[in-house]
Amino acid sequence: MKGTIQIDRERCKGCALCIDFCAKDCISLSEELNVKGYFIVVFDGDKECTACRNCALMCPEVAIEVSTS
Amino acid sequence: MRRLMSGNAALGEAAVLSGCTHYFGYPITPQNELTEYMARRMPSVGGVFIQSESEIAAINMVLGAAVAGARSMTSSSGPGMSLKQEGISYLAADELPAVIVNMVRGGPGMGNISAAQSDYFQATRGGGHGDYRTVVLAPGSVQELTEVVPLAFDLADKYRNPVIILGDGMLGQMMEPVDFDGLVRPPDYDKSWALTGARDRPAQAIYSLIFDTKLQEEHNWKLQRKFRLIEQNEVRYETYLADDAEMIVVAYGIGARVARGAIKRLRQEDLKVGMIRPITLWPFPTKALQEMAKTVSDFFVFEMSAGQMVEDVRLALEGKGHLHFYGRPGGVIPMPVELYRIISRHYYQAHAGGKRKKP
Amino acid sequence: MKTVYARPRLLKEAHFHYCPGCGHGIINRLLMEVIEEMDLQGDAICVAPAGCGMLLYNYFEIDVVEAAHGRGAAVATGIKRVRPQNLVFSYQGDGDLAAIGTAEGFHAANRGENITVIFVNNGVYGMTGGQMAPTTLLDQVTTTTPTGRDPDLAGHPVRICEVFSVLDGASYLERVAVNKPAAVVKARKAIAKAFQRQIDGAGFSLVEILSPCPVNWKMGPLEACQWIDEVMVKQFPLGVFKEVPC
Repeated sequence: MKGTIQIDRERCKGCALCIDFCAKDCISLSEELNVKGYFIVVFDGDKECTACRNCALMCPEVAIEVSTS
Repeated sequence: MRRLMSGNAALGEAAVLSGCTHYFGYPITPQNELTEYMARRMPSVGGVFIQSESEIAAINMVLGAAVAGARSMTSSSGPGMSLKQEGISYLAADELPAVIVNMVRGGPGMGNISAAQSDYFQATRGGGHGDYRTVVLAPGSVQELTEVVPLAFDLADKYRNPVIILGDGMLGQMMEPVDFDGLVRPPDYDKSWALTGARDRPAQAIYSLIFDTKLQEEHNWKLQRKFRLIEQNEVRYETYLADDAEMIVVAYGIGARVARGAIKRLRQEDLKVGMIRPITLWPFPTKALQEMAKTVSDFFVFEMSAGQMVEDVRLALEGKGHLHFYGRPGGVIPMPVELYRIISRHYYQAHAGGKRKKP
Repeated sequence: MKTVYARPRLLKEAHFHYCPGCGHGIINRLLMEVIEEMDLQGDAICVAPAGCGMLLYNYFEIDVVEAAHGRGAAVATGIKRVRPQNLVFSYQGDGDLAAIGTAEGFHAANRGENITVIFVNNGVYGMTGGQMAPTTLLDQVTTTTPTGRDPDLAGHPVRICEVFSVLDGASYLERVAVNKPAAVVKARKAIAKAFQRQIDGAGFSLVEILSPCPVNWKMGPLEACQWIDEVMVKQFPLGVFKEVPC
C-alpha cells in the first residue's frame, strides 16, 4: 500500500518527531522557513511511505494528514 | 405562619425558597447551623448539598455550579471568607451569579466566634485581587433575612455578579419569629451563556484570562459600567426617627439593633437622635447621607469593628458636618445602654452652649 | 486517494502556542479525536487549568471554563452536580493537580465524583519557566532546583495514581505516556475508556499522561521522548492502578 502525507507548513515547528518515528525515512528537515521562522519538514514522495500514520500520531501540531493512494 | 428560627436556619430556608438548588459549604463557627440546615433541607427539595474539603473548594464548586446555570450558595466566616477571595474575584471576572454568606466573627486571624462587623472592608472593597465589586447586603433581623436572601439571588442573576450577605454571629444564632409567606421567589433569568454542552450551538467558553491589555481594559470598563448601574438602581437603606434628628447615627446589621435601643433611651430624654441603617453596604447610600447633611451637622458612626464603614461615611459627607465614631472590635457587643451613654456624651459636647452652627 | 488520518473536526483552526515537541499538542488532539469518535461534542464540558493548558478554549470546539490554579476538580464537581448528564473533565498539569490542587483532586476522587481528570505530568512547571513540580525527579535540575532536587529541601516526586488508588471513591486510574506512537495509541484508549466509564456512571477516573517538555528539560524533542522511557517511567511506571469493575 503506497501512502502519502500532506504537511501544513505554517503549523510545523520543525520538532522532527515525525522524522524520528518514520520507519521508512520519508521525511526530512528542509532549509525552508515558514512565517514563524521554523525550519519545516518535507515529505519525499519517492520513498516507500506505507501510511503507517506514526508521523501523524506524534505530530504535536496536528500538521500532518495521511492518505493512501 | 410564624415560626421561631435561628438566623442561620432562616437563611437556609429562604435560600431554598428562592430557588437555590446547590449548596457547598465547610464547617466554621458561627454559621454551622446554616450548613447543617442545608444538609437536611437540600435533599428534601431535590437539591444538592456537599460538604466540601475547604472553603476554597466550596467557592470553586459554586463557580462550577454557576457556570452550569444553577442558583448556588456557600457560606462561611472570617478565615474561610479570606480563603474564598480568589474564587470571588474569578466569579466577578467571569460575570457569574453566586450568593456568598459571611456570618462575621471577631478577627483578625483565628479571632473568636462572637459577632463582629470587621469584614466590612473585605466585603465592600472587592476583597480579592483586581477591580471589581460585589453587592453587599446587611440584614438586621431574622425576618429581614427572608427579604435579603431572595434579593441576593435576584441581584446575582440579574447582574451576573457575586452577592455577599454580610451577617454576623449574633444574627446567625439568635432565634426570632419569622414567616416566609411574603417571600417571593426571584424570577428566572436568561442563562443562555451557561455551559451546557455545545449541542446545536457553537462552543462557548467562560474565562477571565485576557492577555491583550487593551481587551482586558475594555472588559474592566464593561464591569465598571455594570457597577455604576448597580449604584444607580440598587441602594437600599432604612431610616429611624430621622426627620427631626439633630444627630444621625449610622449603623447596620446587629449594630443597628443596639443603636435602636440606645436611640429609644436618648429620645426619652428628648435628645433628637435618629438613625440611617444601610441595607446595601455596597452600593453605599451616599446620596441619602448627603441629603441628610444638608440639615444635620452631626453624624455618629457605630460599628462593631475598629472603624471601617466610618470611612465610607466620611467619603459621603465630603467634609461636611462633624463625624463622631464609636467602634468595638474583637467580637464585643455593647449593650444599648452603653451606646446610649457614649452617644449622649457626644451629643451634649456637640450642642454645648449653642456651639454648633446650623449647616 | 483515501484519507486515513486527518485533523479532528473538533480542533479549531488556531495554531497551538505550545513549544516544538510538547506533549500538550498530542494530548489536546487525542481528547478531540475521542470526543468526536464518541459523538460527545454536545455533552462535553472541559475545565481548563492555569498552566500551559490554559488556552484550551482557543483549541477545543466544546464548552470550556477556565478554573483558578488547582481548582479544576472542584469546578468540575460543581458542574457535574448540576448537569450529571454532561461529560465533564478537567485538564490539569502537575502543579495544578499535585501541588496547589491536591486537596481538590483528592477529595473529588474520595467523593467518587463522576468526573474525569486528565493529568498531564511533565515533571516541571512549564508555563512559568521551568520551576520544580511535585513530580520533578530527585537530582533533576530545574530553575528552582539549580543543583538538582534535594529531598531534604524539596521532598520526593509525587505519584498521584498510586496515592489516589487507595481512595475507595476512585474508580479508574491509569498512567500512560505520549512519547512514541504505540504509547500514544494506548493513551487514546485510556482516555476513551475513562470517558465511557463516566457515561456509564462508574465514578471518578483519572488518566495520568507522561508528557515531554523539551524546552524546560533542556533536551531536543526526541531526546525528551527517550528520557521518558529511560528515566521517567522508573519513577512513574505505566499501567492501570485501579479499575473497579462496572
